[in-house]
Amino acid sequence: MKFGVVVFPGSNCDDDAVHALRDQLKQEVVKLWHKDHDLQGCDFIILPGGFSYGDYLRTGAVARFSPIMDEVIKHAERGGYLMGICNGFQILAEARLVPGVLLRNTSQKYVCKNIYLRPESKSALITSELEDRAYKIPIAHGDGRYFADADTLKRLEDNDQIIFRYCDENGSVVESANPNGSLNNIAGVASERKNVFGLMPHPERAADPMLGNTDGKLILEQLLNAVLV
Amino acid sequence: MKGSPPAGRVSTNAIMKYIAEIDVMPQKEILDPQGKAVKLGLHNLHIDSVGDVRIGKHIRLEVEAETEDKAKEIVDTACRRLLANLIMEEFTFTLQAQQS
Repeated sequence: MKFGVVVFPGSNCDDDAVHALRDQLKQEVVKLWHKDHDLQGCDFIILPGGFSYGDYLRTGAVARFSPIMDEVIKHAERGGYLMGICNGFQILAEARLVPGVLLRNTSQKYVCKNIYLRPESKSALITSELEDRAYKIPIAHGDGRYFADADTLKRLEDNDQIIFRYCDENGSVVESANPNGSLNNIAGVASERKNVFGLMPHPERAADPMLGNTDGKLILEQLLNAVLV
Repeated sequence: MKGSPPAGRVSTNAIMKYIAEIDVMPQKEILDPQGKAVKLGLHNLHIDSVGDVRIGKHIRLEVEAETEDKAKEIVDTACRRLLANLIMEEFTFTLQAQQS
């Protein structure tokens, strides 16, 4: 499987994603510059975290129109795999590749800490084989409050598109475990066809044993195994 | 033979410059924590009569177009495609022809 990590001006988690995929998961990885038009034959595209275009206007709003996004959107429409992490999720939402938007955290604060996630979707490849428990993963964002209108939310639930919810360390989805005010504790969603995944937490930052937490590696390994089948 | 249009006719394709003043606001049903914090600050200043506060963006654009309708269309497209995200925001704008 060949991964492509898109680099926008202001991306800052691109190297973390490359390290997790190349050095930990032993996959072929290339970086793709946002001004390019060529996905270099990648099977799986990652939009990494960061502050693309300085978060100007709205997070992800300007990056969504970067030249490479035409190819990324075509890739997703063909059914290709695409994952946006943090700022990457915000870009996916602005490009309407996943439903909903990410609003300013209710606390008005940038939140950088470990949180717990519960895998939800039984049909999305990213979560289908994960254990039913809390995974400890870091978040680092100021605009992570997931919002969608009531109809969209119902569609997401009915179609099993919610991939992760914020929970406490026992796996209970409770309001006190919600770090940003997201609707129904939603931390990540998949597209309708479930080939595009958007999530605010950073599994790639919890993928190296040297850092003391490998729950993110478990999620990425599970995803890799699922897409290779 | 260049320059002014034939006598008795007004040129219809002269390019005009318009100024668009755009307001982008969070939708009414969406919580605006920034507005809430500012309201608190105002109350701390004993400006107690202030009720709801909502904060949005003001954007000023210069647009060149042949007619006001065309300028409106351009601004509307700019708002829908980039300046506002209609899932969470709404926009209004006014347009004024600029004196040259």
